[in-house]
Amino acid sequence: MAFSDVPLSAVRRCLTPLISVGLMCLAVAGCSAPPPPAVTPDPYEGRNRSVHGFNKTLDQTIVRPSAFGYGGVAPGPLRSGIQNISLNLGLPSDIVNSLLQARPGAALENTVRLAVNTTIGIGGVFDPATAMGIEGEPTGYGETLHVWGMAEGNYVEIPLVGPSNDRDALGLVMDIFLDPLRFTLPTAEANASTAIQILAGLGRRYRYSDTIDSILYDSADSYAQLKLLYLQNRRFQLGQTVENDADFVDPYEDPYGQ
Amino acid sequence: MANELSRRHVLGLGVAGCGAICLAPGLPRAAWALDVGQARGLIDDVVAEINRVISSGESEAAMLTQFEALFVRYADVPVIARSVLGPAGRQASPAQIAGFTTAFQGFISRRYGRRFREFIGGRIEVGDARAVKSYYEVITTAFLQGESPFEVRFHVSDKSGRLLFFNIIIEGVNMLASARTEIGAMLDRQGGNLDALIAELQST
Repeated sequence: MAFSDVPLSAVRRCLTPLISVGLMCLAVAGCSAPPPPAVTPDPYEGRNRSVHGFNKTLDQTIVRPSAFGYGGVAPGPLRSGIQNISLNLGLPSDIVNSLLQARPGAALENTVRLAVNTTIGIGGVFDPATAMGIEGEPTGYGETLHVWGMAEGNYVEIPLVGPSNDRDALGLVMDIFLDPLRFTLPTAEANASTAIQILAGLGRRYRYSDTIDSILYDSADSYAQLKLLYLQNRRFQLGQTVENDADFVDPYEDPYGQ
Repeated sequence: MANELSRRHVLGLGVAGCGAICLAPGLPRAAWALDVGQARGLIDDVVAEINRVISSGESEAAMLTQFEALFVRYADVPVIARSVLGPAGRQASPAQIAGFTTAFQGFISRRYGRRFREFIGGRIEVGDARAVKSYYEVITTAFLQGESPFEVRFHVSDKSGRLLFFNIIIEGVNMLASARTEIGAMLDRQGGNLDALIAELQST
Protein backbone atom coordinates (compact mmCIF):
# COMPACT_ATOMS: atom_id res chain seq x y z
CA MET A 1 0.00 0.00 0.00
CA ALA A 2 2.86 2.40 0.89
CA PHE A 3 4.34 4.25 -2.00
CA SER A 4 7.83 3.32 -0.75
CA ASP A 5 7.09 -0.15 -2.18
CA VAL A 6 7.52 1.36 -5.62
CA PRO A 7 11.18 1.24 -6.58
CA LEU A 8 11.06 4.38 -8.66
CA SER A 9 12.47 7.09 -6.48
CA ALA A 10 13.09 9.44 -9.41
CA VAL A 11 9.59 9.14 -10.78
CA ARG A 12 8.25 9.43 -7.27
CA ARG A 13 10.10 12.70 -6.67
CA CYS A 14 8.59 14.21 -9.81
CA LEU A 15 5.16 12.99 -8.86
CA THR A 16 5.11 13.89 -5.20
CA PRO A 17 2.93 17.00 -5.65
CA LEU A 18 0.44 15.10 -7.78
CA ILE A 19 0.36 12.18 -5.38
CA SER A 20 -0.31 14.49 -2.46
CA VAL A 21 -3.35 15.76 -4.28
CA GLY A 22 -4.46 12.17 -4.82
CA LEU A 23 -3.94 11.26 -1.17
CA MET A 24 -5.78 14.39 -0.09
CA CYS A 25 -8.69 13.26 -2.19
CA LEU A 26 -8.42 9.78 -0.67
CA ALA A 27 -8.57 11.26 2.80
CA VAL A 28 -11.30 13.81 2.14
CA ALA A 29 -13.67 12.17 -0.28
CA GLY A 30 -13.05 8.55 0.57
CA CYS A 31 -12.51 8.27 -3.15
CA SER A 32 -15.57 6.41 -4.17
CA ALA A 33 -17.53 7.56 -7.16
CA PRO A 34 -21.28 7.47 -6.58
CA PRO A 35 -22.96 4.48 -8.22
CA PRO A 36 -23.84 5.41 -11.80
CA PRO A 37 -27.44 6.36 -12.47
CA ALA A 38 -29.69 3.77 -14.12
CA VAL A 39 -29.80 5.83 -17.31
CA THR A 40 -26.96 8.13 -18.34
CA PRO A 41 -28.51 11.51 -19.14
CA ASP A 42 -28.09 12.74 -22.70
CA PRO A 43 -29.15 16.40 -22.62
CA TYR A 44 -26.87 17.18 -25.59
CA GLU A 45 -28.53 14.53 -27.75
CA GLY A 46 -29.24 16.93 -30.63
CA ARG A 47 -25.65 18.14 -30.80
CA ASN A 48 -24.33 14.62 -30.11
CA ARG A 49 -26.30 13.26 -33.06
CA SER A 50 -24.85 15.96 -35.35
CA VAL A 51 -21.34 15.05 -34.17
CA HIS A 52 -22.18 11.38 -34.73
CA GLY A 53 -23.19 12.17 -38.30
CA PHE A 54 -19.96 14.10 -38.78
CA ASN A 55 -17.89 11.23 -37.34
CA LYS A 56 -19.59 8.71 -39.63
CA THR A 57 -18.95 10.89 -42.68
CA LEU A 58 -15.34 11.31 -41.59
CA ASP A 59 -15.05 7.54 -41.19
CA GLN A 60 -16.58 6.82 -44.58
CA THR A 61 -14.55 9.39 -46.50
CA ILE A 62 -11.17 9.41 -44.73
CA VAL A 63 -10.61 7.08 -41.77
CA ARG A 64 -12.01 3.81 -43.14
CA PRO A 65 -10.39 4.15 -46.61
CA SER A 66 -7.06 5.13 -44.99
CA ALA A 67 -7.30 2.20 -42.59
CA PHE A 68 -7.91 -0.23 -45.48
CA GLY A 69 -5.06 1.40 -47.44
CA TYR A 70 -2.75 0.97 -44.43
CA GLY A 71 -3.99 -2.57 -43.80
CA GLY A 72 -3.42 -3.47 -47.46
CA VAL A 73 0.11 -2.04 -47.60
CA ALA A 74 1.54 -2.84 -44.18
CA PRO A 75 1.89 -6.56 -43.42
CA GLY A 76 0.50 -7.92 -40.15
CA PRO A 77 3.80 -8.03 -38.22
CA LEU A 78 4.52 -4.38 -39.09
CA ARG A 79 1.04 -3.34 -37.96
CA SER A 80 1.37 -5.23 -34.70
CA GLY A 81 4.83 -3.66 -34.17
CA ILE A 82 3.30 -0.20 -34.60
CA GLN A 83 0.48 -1.13 -32.22
CA ASN A 84 3.03 -2.38 -29.65
CA ILE A 85 5.05 0.85 -29.85
CA SER A 86 1.90 2.89 -29.39
CA LEU A 87 0.96 0.88 -26.28
CA ASN A 88 4.50 1.21 -24.96
CA LEU A 89 4.38 4.99 -25.43
CA GLY A 90 1.21 5.01 -23.32
CA LEU A 91 2.87 3.26 -20.37
CA PRO A 92 4.47 6.33 -18.69
CA SER A 93 1.00 7.87 -18.50
CA ASP A 94 -0.43 4.54 -17.26
CA ILE A 95 2.20 4.50 -14.48
CA VAL A 96 1.44 8.06 -13.38
CA ASN A 97 -2.29 7.33 -13.35
CA SER A 98 -1.87 4.04 -11.47
CA LEU A 99 -0.04 6.02 -8.77
CA LEU A 100 -2.67 8.76 -8.75
CA GLN A 101 -5.26 6.03 -8.25
CA ALA A 102 -3.24 4.68 -5.29
CA ARG A 103 -2.71 1.37 -7.10
CA PRO A 104 0.99 0.66 -6.48
CA GLY A 105 0.63 -2.91 -7.78
CA ALA A 106 -0.65 -1.68 -11.15
CA ALA A 107 2.04 1.02 -11.21
CA LEU A 108 4.71 -1.58 -10.58
CA GLU A 109 3.32 -3.92 -13.27
CA ASN A 110 3.18 -1.08 -15.81
CA THR A 111 6.74 -0.05 -14.86
CA VAL A 112 8.14 -3.57 -15.28
CA ARG A 113 6.26 -3.84 -18.58
CA LEU A 114 7.76 -0.56 -19.81
CA ALA A 115 11.25 -1.70 -18.78
CA VAL A 116 10.95 -5.15 -20.41
CA ASN A 117 9.34 -4.03 -23.67
CA THR A 118 11.61 -1.00 -24.12
CA THR A 119 14.79 -3.10 -23.66
CA ILE A 120 14.17 -6.75 -24.63
CA GLY A 121 11.28 -5.66 -26.87
CA ILE A 122 13.62 -3.27 -28.75
CA GLY A 123 12.01 0.09 -28.10
CA GLY A 124 8.55 -1.42 -27.72
CA VAL A 125 8.32 -2.98 -31.21
CA PHE A 126 7.86 -6.42 -29.64
CA ASP A 127 5.82 -7.35 -26.60
CA PRO A 128 7.76 -10.00 -24.65
CA ALA A 129 6.16 -8.74 -21.41
CA THR A 130 2.75 -10.18 -22.31
CA ALA A 131 4.35 -13.55 -23.04
CA MET A 132 5.90 -13.32 -19.55
CA GLY A 133 2.47 -12.73 -18.05
CA ILE A 134 3.02 -8.99 -17.51
CA GLU A 135 0.01 -7.75 -19.43
CA GLY A 136 -0.07 -4.30 -17.82
CA GLU A 137 -3.02 -2.32 -16.54
CA PRO A 138 -3.98 0.25 -19.18
CA THR A 139 -5.59 3.28 -17.60
CA GLY A 140 -5.89 7.04 -17.99
CA TYR A 141 -7.01 10.25 -16.36
CA GLY A 142 -10.67 9.35 -16.98
CA GLU A 143 -10.25 6.38 -14.62
CA THR A 144 -8.24 8.51 -12.17
CA LEU A 145 -11.09 11.03 -12.02
CA HIS A 146 -13.47 8.10 -11.44
CA VAL A 147 -11.31 6.76 -8.60
CA TRP A 148 -11.22 10.24 -7.09
CA GLY A 149 -15.00 10.23 -6.94
CA MET A 150 -16.09 12.08 -10.07
CA ALA A 151 -19.37 10.81 -11.56
CA GLU A 152 -19.56 10.07 -15.30
CA GLY A 153 -21.92 12.97 -16.00
CA ASN A 154 -23.71 13.24 -19.33
CA TYR A 155 -23.13 11.25 -22.48
CA VAL A 156 -21.11 13.11 -25.15
CA GLU A 157 -19.93 12.19 -28.61
CA ILE A 158 -16.67 13.99 -29.42
CA PRO A 159 -15.65 14.91 -33.00
CA LEU A 160 -12.83 12.62 -34.29
CA VAL A 161 -12.82 10.68 -31.01
CA GLY A 162 -16.27 9.15 -30.73
CA PRO A 163 -18.39 8.19 -27.69
CA SER A 164 -17.49 9.51 -24.25
CA ASN A 165 -18.99 11.10 -21.16
CA ASP A 166 -18.30 14.37 -19.32
CA ARG A 167 -15.74 12.77 -17.00
CA ASP A 168 -13.89 10.82 -19.69
CA ALA A 169 -13.89 13.84 -22.02
CA LEU A 170 -12.07 15.81 -19.31
CA GLY A 171 -9.82 12.78 -18.77
CA LEU A 172 -8.99 12.76 -22.48
CA VAL A 173 -7.87 16.41 -22.38
CA MET A 174 -5.70 15.56 -19.36
CA ASP A 175 -4.35 12.45 -21.16
CA ILE A 176 -3.17 14.70 -23.98
CA PHE A 177 -1.77 17.60 -21.97
CA LEU A 178 -0.47 15.78 -18.88
CA ASP A 179 1.22 12.88 -20.71
CA PRO A 180 4.68 12.62 -19.09
CA LEU A 181 6.20 12.03 -22.54
CA ARG A 182 5.03 15.49 -23.51
CA PHE A 183 7.52 16.97 -21.04
CA THR A 184 10.39 14.63 -21.83
CA LEU A 185 10.43 13.94 -25.58
CA PRO A 186 12.18 16.37 -27.97
CA THR A 187 9.98 17.80 -30.74
CA ALA A 188 11.07 15.37 -33.47
CA GLU A 189 10.42 12.34 -31.25
CA ALA A 190 7.12 13.81 -30.08
CA ASN A 191 6.00 14.16 -33.71
CA ALA A 192 7.08 10.60 -34.43
CA SER A 193 5.08 9.51 -31.42
CA THR A 194 1.98 11.27 -32.78
CA ALA A 195 2.47 9.59 -36.17
CA ILE A 196 2.75 6.18 -34.46
CA GLN A 197 -0.48 6.82 -32.56
CA ILE A 198 -2.31 7.73 -35.78
CA LEU A 199 -1.05 4.61 -37.60
CA ALA A 200 -1.94 2.44 -34.61
CA GLY A 201 -5.44 3.95 -34.65
CA LEU A 202 -5.81 3.11 -38.35
CA GLY A 203 -4.52 -0.39 -37.61
CA ARG A 204 -7.26 -0.89 -35.01
CA ARG A 205 -9.91 0.49 -37.38
CA TYR A 206 -8.71 -2.08 -39.93
CA ARG A 207 -8.47 -4.99 -37.52
CA TYR A 208 -11.89 -4.50 -35.97
CA SER A 209 -13.54 -3.40 -39.21
CA ASP A 210 -16.24 -6.13 -39.10
CA THR A 211 -17.40 -5.10 -35.66
CA ILE A 212 -17.10 -1.33 -36.22
CA ASP A 213 -18.78 -1.50 -39.65
CA SER A 214 -21.65 -3.54 -38.25
CA ILE A 215 -22.26 -1.01 -35.45
CA LEU A 216 -21.90 2.10 -37.62
CA TYR A 217 -23.45 0.96 -40.90
CA ASP A 218 -25.76 -2.03 -40.18
CA SER A 219 -27.58 -0.61 -37.13
CA ALA A 220 -31.00 0.95 -37.51
CA ASP A 221 -29.86 3.68 -35.07
CA SER A 222 -26.07 3.62 -34.90
CA TYR A 223 -26.02 6.57 -32.47
CA ALA A 224 -28.14 4.72 -29.89
CA GLN A 225 -26.28 1.45 -30.45
CA LEU A 226 -22.82 3.04 -30.03
CA LYS A 227 -23.94 4.95 -26.94
CA LEU A 228 -25.28 1.80 -25.26
CA LEU A 229 -22.15 -0.15 -26.13
CA TYR A 230 -19.78 2.54 -24.88
CA LEU A 231 -21.56 3.30 -21.61
CA GLN A 232 -22.02 -0.35 -20.61
CA ASN A 233 -18.50 -1.36 -21.58
CA ARG A 234 -16.96 1.67 -19.83
CA ARG A 235 -18.76 0.87 -16.59
CA PHE A 236 -17.59 -2.73 -16.93
CA GLN A 237 -13.97 -1.56 -17.36
CA LEU A 238 -14.23 0.56 -14.22
CA GLY A 239 -15.80 -2.29 -12.26
CA GLN A 240 -18.96 -0.29 -11.61
CA THR A 241 -22.19 -1.95 -10.67
CA VAL A 242 -25.37 -0.14 -11.47
CA GLU A 243 -28.13 0.35 -8.93
CA ASN A 244 -31.47 -0.50 -10.51
CA ASP A 245 -29.88 -1.11 -13.88
CA ALA A 246 -32.36 0.06 -16.50
CA ASP A 247 -30.75 -2.28 -19.00
CA PHE A 248 -31.41 -5.20 -16.72
CA VAL A 249 -34.85 -6.45 -17.44
CA ASP A 250 -35.97 -9.79 -16.17
CA PRO A 251 -37.93 -10.87 -19.24
CA TYR A 252 -39.83 -13.38 -17.11
CA GLU A 253 -41.16 -10.72 -14.74
CA ASP A 254 -42.78 -8.50 -17.37
CA PRO A 255 -42.27 -9.78 -20.89
CA TYR A 256 -43.49 -6.55 -22.45
CA GLY A 257 -41.63 -4.41 -19.90
CA GLN A 258 -40.26 -0.90 -20.47
CA MET B 1 -8.26 -3.73 -2.82
CA ALA B 2 -11.78 -2.48 -2.51
CA ASN B 3 -12.89 -5.66 -4.24
CA GLU B 4 -11.02 -7.90 -1.82
CA LEU B 5 -12.53 -6.01 1.06
CA SER B 6 -16.05 -6.37 -0.23
CA ARG B 7 -15.44 -10.01 -1.09
CA ARG B 8 -14.41 -10.59 2.51
CA HIS B 9 -17.59 -8.84 3.66
CA VAL B 10 -19.65 -11.03 1.39
CA LEU B 11 -17.89 -14.14 2.64
CA GLY B 12 -18.55 -13.05 6.20
CA LEU B 13 -22.21 -12.51 5.44
CA GLY B 14 -22.28 -15.84 3.64
CA VAL B 15 -21.04 -17.66 6.73
CA ALA B 16 -23.59 -15.89 8.92
CA GLY B 17 -26.32 -16.54 6.35
CA CYS B 18 -25.41 -20.21 6.16
CA GLY B 19 -25.72 -20.42 9.94
CA ALA B 20 -29.29 -19.20 9.70
CA ILE B 21 -30.18 -21.31 6.69
CA CYS B 22 -28.65 -24.50 8.02
CA LEU B 23 -30.76 -24.14 11.15
CA ALA B 24 -33.94 -23.52 9.19
CA PRO B 25 -35.57 -26.88 8.55
CA GLY B 26 -36.73 -28.08 5.16
CA LEU B 27 -34.83 -25.63 2.97
CA PRO B 28 -33.95 -27.25 -0.33
CA ARG B 29 -30.26 -26.37 -0.25
CA ALA B 30 -29.21 -29.35 -2.32
CA ALA B 31 -31.73 -28.44 -5.03
CA TRP B 32 -30.36 -24.87 -5.17
CA ALA B 33 -26.78 -26.11 -5.64
CA LEU B 34 -27.98 -28.57 -8.23
CA ASP B 35 -29.62 -25.76 -10.22
CA VAL B 36 -26.40 -23.75 -10.37
CA GLY B 37 -24.68 -26.91 -11.54
CA GLN B 38 -27.37 -27.49 -14.16
CA ALA B 39 -27.11 -23.89 -15.40
CA ARG B 40 -23.38 -24.36 -15.81
CA GLY B 41 -24.02 -27.70 -17.52
CA LEU B 42 -26.31 -26.01 -20.07
CA ILE B 43 -23.62 -23.48 -20.94
CA ASP B 44 -21.02 -26.28 -21.05
CA ASP B 45 -23.18 -27.86 -23.77
CA VAL B 46 -23.73 -24.56 -25.63
CA VAL B 47 -20.03 -23.74 -25.57
CA ALA B 48 -19.07 -27.26 -26.71
CA GLU B 49 -21.50 -26.89 -29.65
CA ILE B 50 -20.20 -23.39 -30.54
CA ASN B 51 -16.59 -24.61 -30.35
CA ARG B 52 -17.53 -27.54 -32.58
CA VAL B 53 -19.14 -25.26 -35.18
CA ILE B 54 -16.30 -22.71 -35.24
CA SER B 55 -13.67 -25.41 -35.66
CA SER B 56 -15.65 -27.41 -38.25
CA GLY B 57 -14.25 -25.46 -41.18
CA GLU B 58 -17.66 -25.43 -42.87
CA SER B 59 -18.88 -22.64 -45.16
CA GLU B 60 -20.22 -19.48 -43.55
CA ALA B 61 -23.76 -20.23 -44.78
CA ALA B 62 -23.64 -23.70 -43.17
CA MET B 63 -22.35 -22.18 -39.92
CA LEU B 64 -25.16 -19.58 -39.89
CA THR B 65 -27.76 -22.37 -40.16
CA GLN B 66 -26.09 -24.24 -37.31
CA PHE B 67 -25.96 -21.13 -35.13
CA GLU B 68 -29.68 -20.56 -35.65
CA ALA B 69 -30.35 -24.18 -34.64
CA LEU B 70 -28.21 -23.73 -31.49
CA PHE B 71 -30.00 -20.47 -30.65
CA VAL B 72 -33.41 -22.15 -30.92
CA ARG B 73 -32.30 -25.17 -28.92
CA TYR B 74 -30.50 -23.47 -26.03
CA ALA B 75 -32.05 -19.99 -25.79
CA ASP B 76 -35.54 -19.01 -24.67
CA VAL B 77 -36.31 -17.38 -28.03
CA PRO B 78 -40.03 -16.59 -27.37
CA VAL B 79 -39.20 -14.73 -24.14
CA ILE B 80 -36.22 -12.93 -25.73
CA ALA B 81 -38.36 -11.87 -28.70
CA ARG B 82 -41.19 -10.55 -26.50
CA SER B 83 -38.74 -8.67 -24.27
CA VAL B 84 -36.99 -7.15 -27.29
CA LEU B 85 -40.31 -6.06 -28.79
CA GLY B 86 -41.15 -4.30 -25.51
CA PRO B 87 -44.41 -2.40 -24.98
CA ALA B 88 -45.28 -2.67 -28.70
CA GLY B 89 -46.02 -6.34 -28.03
CA ARG B 90 -48.93 -5.50 -25.73
CA GLN B 91 -51.29 -4.56 -28.58
CA ALA B 92 -50.05 -7.30 -30.91
CA SER B 93 -52.15 -10.34 -31.81
CA PRO B 94 -50.84 -13.85 -30.97
CA ALA B 95 -50.26 -14.40 -34.71
CA GLN B 96 -48.16 -11.22 -34.92
CA ILE B 97 -46.14 -12.27 -31.86
CA ALA B 98 -45.51 -15.68 -33.43
CA GLY B 99 -44.53 -14.08 -36.77
CA PHE B 100 -42.24 -11.61 -35.04
CA THR B 101 -40.58 -14.37 -32.98
CA THR B 102 -39.71 -16.42 -36.07
CA ALA B 103 -38.54 -13.38 -38.06
CA PHE B 104 -36.46 -12.11 -35.10
CA GLN B 105 -34.85 -15.52 -34.61
CA GLY B 106 -33.60 -15.63 -38.21
CA PHE B 107 -32.54 -11.97 -38.15
CA ILE B 108 -30.51 -12.32 -34.96
CA SER B 109 -28.85 -15.55 -36.11
CA ARG B 110 -27.75 -13.93 -39.37
CA ARG B 111 -26.66 -10.66 -37.75
CA TYR B 112 -24.63 -12.21 -34.91
CA GLY B 113 -23.77 -15.49 -36.61
CA ARG B 114 -21.70 -13.52 -39.13
CA ARG B 115 -19.77 -12.04 -36.22
CA PHE B 116 -18.83 -15.54 -35.09
CA ARG B 117 -16.36 -15.48 -37.98
CA GLU B 118 -14.10 -13.67 -35.52
CA PHE B 119 -14.27 -16.78 -33.31
CA ILE B 120 -12.77 -19.09 -35.92
CA GLY B 121 -9.58 -20.55 -34.46
CA GLY B 122 -10.61 -19.42 -30.99
CA ARG B 123 -12.38 -21.10 -28.10
CA ILE B 124 -14.62 -20.39 -25.13
CA GLU B 125 -14.02 -21.75 -21.63
CA VAL B 126 -16.71 -22.06 -18.98
CA GLY B 127 -15.82 -20.75 -15.51
CA ASP B 128 -17.95 -19.99 -12.47
CA ALA B 129 -21.72 -20.06 -12.15
CA ARG B 130 -23.84 -18.38 -9.47
CA ALA B 131 -27.44 -17.56 -8.63
CA VAL B 132 -28.32 -13.86 -9.19
CA LYS B 133 -31.69 -12.34 -8.36
CA SER B 134 -34.18 -14.65 -10.08
CA TYR B 135 -31.80 -16.39 -12.51
CA TYR B 136 -28.36 -17.97 -12.86
CA GLU B 137 -25.25 -16.37 -14.29
CA VAL B 138 -22.57 -18.51 -15.95
CA ILE B 139 -19.24 -16.74 -16.53
CA THR B 140 -17.17 -17.81 -19.52
CA THR B 141 -13.96 -16.54 -21.08
CA ALA B 142 -13.49 -16.19 -24.83
CA PHE B 143 -10.00 -16.72 -26.23
CA LEU B 144 -9.74 -15.30 -29.74
CA GLN B 145 -6.65 -15.48 -31.90
CA GLY B 146 -4.34 -12.54 -31.23
CA GLU B 147 -6.71 -10.98 -28.69
CA SER B 148 -6.61 -10.62 -24.94
CA PRO B 149 -9.15 -13.03 -23.40
CA PHE B 150 -12.50 -11.41 -22.65
CA GLU B 151 -15.47 -12.18 -20.47
CA VAL B 152 -18.82 -13.46 -21.74
CA ARG B 153 -21.64 -14.04 -19.23
CA PHE B 154 -24.74 -16.12 -19.96
CA HIS B 155 -27.95 -15.54 -18.03
CA VAL B 156 -29.90 -18.75 -17.58
CA SER B 157 -33.41 -19.36 -16.28
CA ASP B 158 -35.70 -22.36 -15.87
CA LYS B 159 -38.89 -20.30 -15.70
CA SER B 160 -40.00 -21.50 -19.11
CA GLY B 161 -40.11 -25.02 -17.67
CA ARG B 162 -36.73 -25.84 -19.19
CA LEU B 163 -33.27 -24.51 -18.44
CA LEU B 164 -32.48 -22.03 -21.25
CA PHE B 165 -30.35 -18.89 -21.59
CA PHE B 166 -32.07 -15.55 -22.18
CA ASN B 167 -29.23 -13.02 -22.26
CA ILE B 168 -25.52 -12.74 -23.06
CA ILE B 169 -23.32 -10.03 -21.51
CA ILE B 170 -20.09 -9.44 -23.44
CA GLU B 171 -17.61 -7.34 -21.44
CA GLY B 172 -20.48 -5.59 -19.73
CA VAL B 173 -22.51 -5.10 -22.92
CA ASN B 174 -26.02 -6.50 -22.51
CA MET B 175 -27.14 -8.15 -25.77
CA LEU B 176 -30.83 -8.11 -24.81
CA ALA B 177 -30.62 -4.32 -24.31
CA SER B 178 -28.68 -3.96 -27.56
CA ALA B 179 -31.28 -5.97 -29.50
CA ARG B 180 -34.08 -3.96 -27.86
CA THR B 181 -32.44 -0.72 -29.03
CA GLU B 182 -32.05 -2.09 -32.55
CA ILE B 183 -35.58 -3.48 -32.88
CA GLY B 184 -37.04 -0.33 -31.28
CA ALA B 185 -35.26 1.84 -33.88
CA MET B 186 -36.43 -0.41 -36.73
CA LEU B 187 -40.02 -0.28 -35.48
CA ASP B 188 -39.86 3.54 -35.23
CA ARG B 189 -38.59 3.66 -38.80
CA GLN B 190 -41.63 1.61 -39.85
CA GLY B 191 -43.92 4.10 -38.11
CA GLY B 192 -44.75 1.54 -35.42
CA ASN B 193 -46.19 -0.93 -37.94
CA LEU B 194 -45.36 -4.39 -36.58
CA ASP B 195 -46.23 -6.25 -39.81
CA ALA B 196 -43.86 -3.97 -41.74
CA LEU B 197 -41.16 -4.64 -39.13
CA ILE B 198 -41.68 -8.42 -39.50
CA ALA B 199 -41.32 -8.11 -43.28
CA GLU B 200 -38.13 -6.05 -42.88
CA LEU B 201 -36.64 -8.59 -40.44
CA GLN B 202 -37.35 -11.41 -42.89
CA SER B 203 -35.56 -9.60 -45.69
CA THR B 204 -32.54 -8.31 -43.70
